[in-house]
Formats: sequence, structure tokens, C-alpha cells
Amino acid sequence: MSAGKKLLITEDWCKGCGICVEFCPTNVLEIKNGIVTVVDIDKCIKCGLCELRCPDYAIYLEEIENES
Amino acid sequence: MPSQLVRDNLRTNKLPHIWCAGCSNGIAMRAISQAIENLGFDKKKVCIVSGIGCSSRTSGYMNYNTLHTTHGRAIAFATGVKLANPNLKVMVVTGDGDCSAIGGNHLIHAARRNIDITTIVFNNNIYGMTGGQFSPTTPMENYGTTAPYGNMEKPFDICNLAAAAGATYVARGTTYHVNPLVKLLEKAMIKKGFALVDVMSTCPTYYGRKNKKGTPAKMLKYFKDNTIDTKRVEKLSKEQLENKIIIGEFKNTDELEFTDKYLELIKGWEG
Ligand SMILES: Cc1ncc(C[n+]2csc(CCOP(=O)(O)OP(=O)(O)O)c2C)c(N)n1
Ligand code: SF4
Ligand code: SF4
Ligand code: SF4
Repeated sequence: MSAGKKLLITEDWCKGCGICVEFCPTNVLEIKNGIVTVVDIDKCIKCGLCELRCPDYAIYLEEIENES
Repeated sequence: MPSQLVRDNLRTNKLPHIWCAGCSNGIAMRAISQAIENLGFDKKKVCIVSGIGCSSRTSGYMNYNTLHTTHGRAIAFATGVKLANPNLKVMVVTGDGDCSAIGGNHLIHAARRNIDITTIVFNNNIYGMTGGQFSPTTPMENYGTTAPYGNMEKPFDICNLAAAAGATYVARGTTYHVNPLVKLLEKAMIKKGFALVDVMSTCPTYYGRKNKKGTPAKMLKYFKDNTIDTKRVEKLSKEQLENKIIIGEFKNTDELEFTDKYLELIKGWEG
């Protein structure tokens, strides 16, 4: 199911609040230079908890078609 | 480019929003969009009315019909909108100050009338926009810029207030429990009558800082650890309930709705 999803970040909208970092269950994210950064995408289980609680809509999962 | 949900429900050219880093108003606004999306409402028939405050900025960002009014008066304006155009799905987004201090009278009388308006309170226990003055929902002994020695006043429980005044759907959710919040919002939005959802939100800038509540994430986790569902309340002692936030449904009844009664009254009067 989740294989067809991609984690996307809109850097311009991120305020570096750290909420996504705290709630990510697999430590995919970190704050670097005041904004969110992906440190290990392989650990992402596409759970969407970051998207659910990002107050600025700066991180989210998008469905991708025909993933190879 | 933001997510589909954001693209379909918010005015992306107005984003990023004005709210501080870690303010959970954004989480609450997303939950409202998600509920509207899930219910499949005709967005041309949704009207969001707000007053003044950080929370009330919501009307500027949501891409439906929107009306940004004056402090405390959102419910009064919404009453006018609903009566003039009963087909609209009218929702008020308001703050704890906007709704229960200056707007307290509008709240109780709209509830008493049971007019079909969904009121969504972003309750951060403080006046955020004006710099952290205590509000009617600031817990006793908490600090605010106007309560430097701790708040001496007993707070309102907005849910109990609305329920006692006559609202037909009343619930409380939090910006930590996002998916359950969306469900409560959906139920409030489909209620024919006055519905209110008290959404516990966080103001890290004023309430959080004044009361040493820690990071924005820690403030959200507080909701995780200090909430009890209405269904469990009866089983617990007074001590176990002390300082806990009760979440879930407080009231869900069906009564004659004001706009319907009014339309019935004026049937055949025009022309
Ligand atoms: C008639 C009037 N009185 C006072 C104000 C100043 N004022 C603006 S917002 C606000 C309170 C905001 O608190 P709340 O409604 O809880 O919203 P928040 O900013 O916390 O989201 C006050 C007192 C005003 N704008 N208009
Ligand atoms: S989708 Fe889940 S695992 Fe992936 S970054 Fe977001 S919170 Fe972490
Ligand atoms: S929750 Fe959103 S705004 Fe906050 S750090 Fe993460 S991406 Fe940035
Ligand atoms: S002052 Fe408080 S309520 Fe207002 S935007 Fe900042 S954190 Fe949010």
C-alpha cells in the first residue's frame, strides 16, 4: 500500500518547529539550519504522522503512479 | 507544491500562514479541511466565519466562502448569514477569548436558539494575538501577562457551557489526537443544529513560554498524556480526574432547529 507514496518537503514553508522530528517513529528527520531535513529516507515507513501534525503543511506524502 | 488536501481546501497563495513556529492552529485548520473533504460538502456552499485573534485568521486561509468579522461577534454574523442563506453550511472558527469572553453572550444565545451553525473553538487557554493575557479558559494558577502571580479565576469549561445553554452537539478534541478530531468535526458539521467542538490547541509563544510548557512537540504530548475520554469519566474518581482534559463527545441530541422554524413561519409571506 504505502510503497506508492513519496515523502515531500516544501522548504520555504517550514518554520523548523521540530514537531515532525519528534513524532516520526523511525527518526527519518532532523532540524538542520532551522529547517527540516531528511537524514535517512530508507527508514521512512510512510506512516504520515509528520504530515498529520505539521502545522505548516511543509511535509507530506504524495501518491506516485507507476513506481518502478 | 503542497499536498492535494491543502491545494484543494486552502488559499495556497496566502501560505505560509502568519502563525508562529509550532503553533497548532495549523493542525486544527488542516483537520477542518480534512473533515470537509471527507464529508464531500459542496465547497461553494461552505461559509467560514471568524472573529479576531490568531485563531480567527483561519478564515483568510480557507478556500471557501469566508467572512472575517470583529472580535467576539463571529457567531452573530454567522447567524445573519445562515438566516439570509439557509442553504449554506455555516461554520464559525473562533478562539477561547473570542468565543467565551467578549463573545460569550453570542455563544450561549446561539446555543439556546439551536441555530444550525458549527462552532469550532481553537482553545489555547490564552489571548495569543494580543500578547498572552489570561482568558476565561486559562487554568487556575497558570500565568499570563495579566496574571503575573497566577490566575485567580476558575475557568470555563466551554463544552459544559455550550451543552447547558442548549447546543445539540458538543465535543472536545485536541491537536494531538488529529484523526479522532476529524471524526468529531465531521459529526459536528453534519448535525442540524448548534454544534460546538472545543479543539485544544497550543500557543508555544505565550501560553507555553509563560507556563514553561516546553517545545511545541512537548505541548502536544501533554494532550496525549493528560486526556481522558468522556466514556471513561464515570469509572474514575475525582482524584484521578484532577487536572485532566476530558475529550470526546459531551452531547449529541436532536431538537427542532431555529432556521427551519423560521422558514416555516415565513412560508408564503414573500410577494
Ligand atoms: C472589541 C475588541 N476588543 C479587544 C480587541 C483586542 N483583541 C484582539 S484579539 C484578542 C483576544 C484573542 O484571544 P483569543 O480569542 O483567545 O484568540 P487567539 O489569538 O488566542 O487565537 C483581543 C482581546 C479587539 N480586537 N477588539
Ligand atoms: S512518513 Fe512517518 S516515517 Fe516517514 S518521515 Fe513522516 S513520520 Fe517519519
Ligand atoms: S513540523 Fe513542519 S514546520 Fe515543523 S519542522 Fe517539521 S516540516 Fe517544519
Ligand atoms: S501567538 Fe500563540 S496562538 Fe498566536 S500564532 Fe503565535 S503561537 Fe499561535
